[in-house]
Amino acid sequence: MTPERGIPLQAEVLERVDESPGIFTLSLRLVEDREHHAYRFEPGQFNMLYLYGVGEIAISIVGDPQHPELLQHTIRNVGRVTHGFAKLGAGDRIGIRGPFGRGWPLAAAQGRDVLVITGGLGCAPVVPVINHVLHRRAEHGKVAILQGVKHSDDLIWRERYEKWDAEPFTQVLLAADVSGPEWRGYRGRVTGLMQQLDIDFANSVTMMCGPEPMMVAAAGQLLERGVNPDSVWLSMERNMQCAVGHCGHCQFGEKFICRDGPVFPFSEIRALFGARGI
Amino acid sequence: MAETGFLTRHRFGDLLAVLADAGYRVVGPVQLDGAIVYTDLHSAADLPAGVMVETAPGTVRTSATQLPRLFAWANGPQALKPLLFGPEETLWRVRRADDGALTFSAASAEVQPHAVIGVRACDLAALCLQDQHFLHGAYRDQHYAARRAQLLLVAVNCTHPAATCFCAATGDGPQAQDGFDLLLDELDEGFIVSSGSERGRELFADLPLLPARADQMRKVASASHKARAMQTRAIPAGDLYDPLMARREHPRWSEVAERCLSCGNCTQVCPTCFCSREQDQAQLDGLASTHVRQWDSCFSEGHSYIHGLVVRGEPRYRYRQWLTHKLGGWHRQYGRSGCVGCGRCIAWCPVGIDICAEVNALLGGDHDS
Repeated sequence: MTPERGIPLQAEVLERVDESPGIFTLSLRLVEDREHHAYRFEPGQFNMLYLYGVGEIAISIVGDPQHPELLQHTIRNVGRVTHGFAKLGAGDRIGIRGPFGRGWPLAAAQGRDVLVITGGLGCAPVVPVINHVLHRRAEHGKVAILQGVKHSDDLIWRERYEKWDAEPFTQVLLAADVSGPEWRGYRGRVTGLMQQLDIDFANSVTMMCGPEPMMVAAAGQLLERGVNPDSVWLSMERNMQCAVGHCGHCQFGEKFICRDGPVFPFSEIRALFGARGI
Repeated sequence: MAETGFLTRHRFGDLLAVLADAGYRVVGPVQLDGAIVYTDLHSAADLPAGVMVETAPGTVRTSATQLPRLFAWANGPQALKPLLFGPEETLWRVRRADDGALTFSAASAEVQPHAVIGVRACDLAALCLQDQHFLHGAYRDQHYAARRAQLLLVAVNCTHPAATCFCAATGDGPQAQDGFDLLLDELDEGFIVSSGSERGRELFADLPLLPARADQMRKVASASHKARAMQTRAIPAGDLYDPLMARREHPRWSEVAERCLSCGNCTQVCPTCFCSREQDQAQLDGLASTHVRQWDSCFSEGHSYIHGLVVRGEPRYRYRQWLTHKLGGWHRQYGRSGCVGCGRCIAWCPVGIDICAEVNALLGGDHDS
């Protein structure tokens, strides 16, 4: 039987952590024990989060696939629904539908170097895959994590990056276009960090998420280094309302991003990638 | 093997009565507000006898004649789509208790069996496409599915295509090939009735049918031939995704955008367009809210909104999205064009933008209508 889209499940906010002035993380638990224990997700998938009386939005799942029952979502306060979420605290209730979509290529990453390139809040959808890879450290080659932000004050998860940087054969490189006096990372675009990478490009898998111009530039640099376009994966974003390929908003050329993605190999979308108004 | 019989004109009401007696809500065309509108039929007198419809880009005009015919017109702004993919559909309801606990409940479609009279070949082709989108993909839409399972279709072959019609070019008409329960061919004196399904065959026993005569069948074939020959518009056949995307910066997109009002009429009358937006309708007392889906249009600003950015801010990108999806994306998604040649988008566009002219201009004019 073909699945149907379903209705939201009730979730309780365990905690809201303000990561930066405009970004916060909600930790959630499905209220029904059976649903709580049954919930599973793949790194790179997303949930539809529902704010009572306001509406639903698609938000990637941040968290550890080893502990799928702890649902974490890192959210930028930018619209009607997220303004409401930004005011929630422990004990408040929301709705969750999900998970949806195709996640990161875990199997393809096995035995290879893993390069993660993110910009801004694009750092969120890759957290589960980094957790997954570091949990199975021996099954992967070197890991390099590149994160770029506009201003150094925008960087969230400093401790998380320091922890990852301390892992064996793991390189963390941070970039800020504009930086304050305390900034010890790179000044400039995240793509400017590419020269510092110590990985085997020919035997690597790249996972990217961030603003499209950043991903266009990064993909271009990777292909110049001889990386196979099938080995570059990126998480795409468009308006999503149904999450099951019906509402039509997330179309990118022939693709429904919610259903065919949100994670795509570069080879599948490169024809239109970076083109305006698609 | 299809059964065939002849139903005299003055007994056409028997068909409606048989369907109503079988428990169907009978829906069909009536003349309303200067257009053909599909709504409840209470008797054969509701049908648009003698009505003719003249269409041109940006124009639809009905006129009354003394002709006895009920179906001497091509189409109205809508036919099947609103009956299956509701213009507004409640998806779920949620109640909030005093302690903030939320209780979600699914809203199921209230479904009564529908029999639709006067379905055209283009509508059947569009139905097939909507079936693929809502029923045969990775997810099934339960509201659409519930209504689809209760639908009985009485098709009619077109004898009076509009000037905006091009179903012969898309291969979807003017004759209905399959997907109906009963099929009508209208003659001055009555109707040739053919069955297209087991349910249709069952209804035969209850209809006062006479044997169809050979001369009547010759008239039917001739009318069908004429209906095909009358059509002058065309769009190039095949998957146009690559040629259109290769021309994605063609100046024609800006040129058409100068005329386009981004009103979304084309998407609302298109029988295959499937976009919808969702919104909550909260009760004033704050105790409950209803989550509703409504038809949306890729011509609206909100359609491509993401976190403070409108991806397709300019009308040229919206028209490009619509056209490249309709004539290209559909092929990749569902194996055929999303256009069935009904011409509604041409007739109901307030400024008369013509999909055939636009695509032919974009692709070099080899297929001028």
